[in-house]
Order: sequence, then structure tokens, then C-alpha cells
Amino acid sequence: MVRLDGASPGRPARLGATRRDVPERPGRRGVPPALAVPAAVGFCFLLVPLLALLIRAPWRRLPALLSDPAALTALRLSLECATAATVVSLVLGVPLAWVLARARFPGLAVLRALVTVPLVLPPVVGGLALLLALGRNGILGRYLDAWFGITLPFSTAGVVVAETFVAMPFLVVTVEGALRSADRDLEEAAATLGARRLTVFGRVTLPLVAPSLLAGAVLCWARALGEFGATITFAGNYPGTTQTMPLTIYDQLQTDPEPAIALSLVLLLAAVTVLALLRDRWLRPGGVA
Amino acid sequence: MSTETGLTVAGEVARGDFRLALEFAVAPGEVLGVLGPNGAGKTTLLRTLAGLSALRGGRITLAGAVLDDPGEQLFVPAEDRPVGLVFQNYRLFPHLSVCDNVAFPARARGAGRTAARRHALGWLDRLGLTEFAGRKPGQLSGGQAQRVALARTLAAEPGLLLLDEPLAALDARTRLEVRAELRRHLGAFGGPSLVVTHDPLEAMVLTDRLLVIEDGRVVQQGTPAEVARRPASQYVARLVGLNLYPGVLGPDGAVALAGGGVLHAAGGSAGTGGATGRVLLALRPSAIALHTERPRAGSPRNVWPGSVSGVELLTDRVRVQVEGSPAALVDVTPDAVAELDLAAGSAVWLSAKATEIECYPDPR
Repeated sequence: MVRLDGASPGRPARLGATRRDVPERPGRRGVPPALAVPAAVGFCFLLVPLLALLIRAPWRRLPALLSDPAALTALRLSLECATAATVVSLVLGVPLAWVLARARFPGLAVLRALVTVPLVLPPVVGGLALLLALGRNGILGRYLDAWFGITLPFSTAGVVVAETFVAMPFLVVTVEGALRSADRDLEEAAATLGARRLTVFGRVTLPLVAPSLLAGAVLCWARALGEFGATITFAGNYPGTTQTMPLTIYDQLQTDPEPAIALSLVLLLAAVTVLALLRDRWLRPGGVA
Repeated sequence: MSTETGLTVAGEVARGDFRLALEFAVAPGEVLGVLGPNGAGKTTLLRTLAGLSALRGGRITLAGAVLDDPGEQLFVPAEDRPVGLVFQNYRLFPHLSVCDNVAFPARARGAGRTAARRHALGWLDRLGLTEFAGRKPGQLSGGQAQRVALARTLAAEPGLLLLDEPLAALDARTRLEVRAELRRHLGAFGGPSLVVTHDPLEAMVLTDRLLVIEDGRVVQQGTPAEVARRPASQYVARLVGLNLYPGVLGPDGAVALAGGGVLHAAGGSAGTGGATGRVLLALRPSAIALHTERPRAGSPRNVWPGSVSGVELLTDRVRVQVEGSPAALVDVTPDAVAELDLAAGSAVWLSAKATEIECYPDPR
């Protein structure tokens, strides 16, 4: 960083009268009103709804609302499903990210683009697509049902499937980027020391991308936790088996908003926590202590 | 098929469109220096020997075993080669401690953690690194990192040791210490080793024999002393600080220089074994004298006019760059500069004794 005030540490700024007057940094001067006004409106637009949630929260009844068996069930189901979806995403997504980052074959670019489709696809459409693929009459689902007796839709496993479908691309994209920029030189060095490719992957590559792996997993988990559209379409809305927190919030809102607000606060807290974790990672990339 | 004990290389290494044709052998215990300008293919050669890139044609054998032979569809990948490569930038694993870095080869080959660490500590002890065992590579100085990289490579117990500019990343003082130490370790290593360098001093101290590569081929092979005395290319001549003139030796013993001018070497064609034809003349900058007026008859055989184009102060002498036929670098004392009133543009006379000029056949 260039210090413009001439007072670099360890060196006195004023040596006689030679100190020049340096103009203020351009970026620090006032913001033009044409930008300041829409910026302020935009900021408020994003912030006021969250404030409303906090202001209208039934703070006194909160412990009671959150310890309600129905709320606890939804909370537990959400945490379990989001965690399971993250584990599945890690098991399938990390190798996928490796292939996308390192393999070379025709059509790889298309594959890479396809992987990101669920990122922008409306979740309801994702849920419908899952039904057509894995539903009881789906192109794969009918064989799962006929041969193994497995039915995914409208089950807890279906929730995990729906959440994985929507959340895994977050992990893949994050880890793929890290693998692509990871130091290939170190992998070469490992090879000259006798390490086979899988050993190189496990003992050199993965530790090097660990920060991004963690960031990707947290992002994936957060996305899975908040999943609504794909879940309700593919897995339905059955309390105890498929009704996760977002679904419970939507349901409760029709009758009694207070429990809905209480659960919303839990999701807001989770979101803020994730953001704090990720910011810390992103501000210090590769910060392996 | 082969019964050789060391390393034999014959063939072509390649990187993209670049080609380097080579043929050489290194005996067990011998240290071969590979000298050449940037982009000459030195690092590509090491990578090819290590199995990180493939030979375009030809064959590499180590202790009789074929490592690479495209003609036979044979290629032993890096992880299966008994070849250790110390990279120029060391490439220590930043997430592992010094001890675990050195334990890496044993771990990679399936040894348990405890056994691998014990093995690593043995190597750390041998290289005087025991006190750094618990540190991360980021906490090491350049010289320490270099030793750890060497320890890690030696811990893999390779049959061939490759060092890519081992001292290039070190500061001048550390270089001096590490150079002497490296010589010891190279001496203790039983197999053939290769050291890539572009530092002539490093080559003199560390290697037994030199291979000079330039323009995609080997331009010279010989002991460091031979190469320094009779360089075969401008690149080496500049490195060792000699004036080098290609020319044609006539029957009268005079050499017509390719760049213009004529020089006489003592004995004329004697130095070339009686042969006439394309020769190289090497002349030390300190063997040339400068004068403000033409030296009188009876003085050295080689006298020619020139004009000073640059004056540079070295530690104990002054290097004067003189344009003329031929152009020359001349070393004089600081006193002489004042006495002769030398500055850029000064007209001078140069003289050199014929006995100071080394004349030998141009290998090209």
C-alpha cells in the first residue's frame, strides 16, 4: 500500500520543510448525489425487511415457540437433511470438480456449463425435473422402484436429493476454481518423490484447497438449509418427514405468523453466521494457520 | 540389453516446438554440469530425465534400465522413476512441517507415519537440519529451504540426482556457504548427478564435467577448466569473462576474424594441430594493453586502433569496452584510466602479445 501522507512507519514524516502537500486520495472525496441517493435507497431496500423481522419478532415468546415439538422437528429435519446433502455433495462434487478442473476431453466446456445450470434454474423447475427423472414413473425412478423398491419422492431421502441437486453446484464451482488455480508445481514435486496420483490428490492437492473446500461446503450447506422450491415439488410437505424449516415457515404463515417469524430468525442467524465464516476465508485466501 | 551402470541419454527432448538434441553419459558418482543460456532447454532436459515430460525420440537408461524410449513405446512415469529432482524454487509443501516434507517420499511409498518420520529425522540430522524439523517451510530462510529440499529428494533414495540451478534463489552470502556444503553432499551421493547452472563459478566448484547447450544442441563438453580456457561459444566466453573471436586461420599463421581485423596467435597453426581453417581465439581482457599512441615497433605482434565506448568499475579493476577491429573488453587498473584519460569516445591503441592468445579449432 502506498501511503500518500509521507509518514511511513519508522521514518519521520517531517524532515525540515521538505514535506510536500499531497492532495487527498480521490476515492475519499464526497460521493455525487446522483449515485448517493439510489445507493441509499438500495441499501434500505435490502436492510429494512430484515429489520422488520427483528422488530416484529416475538422475542418474549421466542423460547416457547422454538421449543415447540413441531418447530423442533422441522429444525432437526432441516439440519439433518442439509448436512446429509452437504456430505453427498462432497463425496460426488469434489471428484467432479477435479475432473472439470483437470481432465481434458472434448465437450468438457459444455459439461462445465451444465453443472452450473441448477445455480440459475428456478428451484421449482429443478423439483419437477427430479420428479420426471427419479419419480415413481420417472425415467430412472421406475427402475429404482421396480428393482430395488426404492421410492425417493415424498420421503426424507427425497429432501436430501432435492437439496443436493440445488446446492452441489455451489460446492463444485468453488472447489473447481481452487483446483484450477492450485499450485500444480507442488503436485509435480510430489510425483518426483514417488507419490501416485491418488496420493498426490489426498496428501497435496486436497490440503492445498482445504480453505476453498470448507468455503464451498459451508455455502452448499447454507443453500441446502434454505431450500424450498425443489423440496416441496419433489419431496412434498409432510410434517416430520419432508417438512423442513422453510416449508414450516410457509405453512405456519397461513395460520399463525409468530412461529413462522421465530423459525425465520433461526435461518437469518444461520445466514449471518455463514457469511461471517466465508468473509473471514475470503479476506485471507489460502490462510492456512 | 545394456550393461551401463550410469545414466545414458541419446535423443531429442522437446517442449512445444522447441527441440534439443543430446547425447551424453554420466558415470556413477560423477557430477555433470549443464550450462546454457535461458531458454536453451536445461530445465526441459531435467524434466525429461525426471519423467515430467517425454523424450521426443531416442532413449534414456539408468543403471541399465530403460526409462524412456518412444520407439519402443516405453515410458516410466515420474512416480516410478528412481530419479530425484531438486527444483529451482524448492517446491516444499507449505502445509507440511519440515519433518513431514522429508518424510513425504517414504509416506508416498506406503510407510507408516512413525517409520517415515524416523527415516526423515535421519536425513535431517545428516544435513544439519534437526532443529528445523517442526517448522513450516514458510518459516525457513532461503538457504535452509534449499537444504530441506535436498534432504527431501535424498530421502527418496534416488539413483539419479538432478539439481535445477540449486543456488539461483539464494543471496550472495548464503550462496557461498551452501555451495561448499552442496559439493560435499554431491560427493557423498553414489549415483550420477546433473546440476543445471548458468554460473561458471558454481559449475567449477560443483561439477566434474560440463555440457554446454545452446541453440538446441550440445556446443561443448569438457572439464570446467577446459571449457573456461577454450570456450566454444560467445555465451560461455562472456560467462567466464573472455574475448572470443571466430576466424579463419591462414597458412601464414594470421587469423582473419569473422567480425573484421586480423590477430596472430603464438605458434600459429601449432595450437590447432597444424590444421588451418575455422578457429576460435580466446583472449583475456587483462592480457590486452591500452595506449594513447601507437606503440613502437618491437612491441607485441597484435596492435590495432579503437575507440572507447564504455568504462565500468569492477571491484579492483576497470573494464573498458573498446570498439574497433576487433572490438574488445579490456581490464586496466584504476590508475591507468586516469593516466590515459579514458572516457567514452577516447581514441586508443590496443595491443596483445601473440602468446596470450589461445587458438583452437572451432567445433561448430
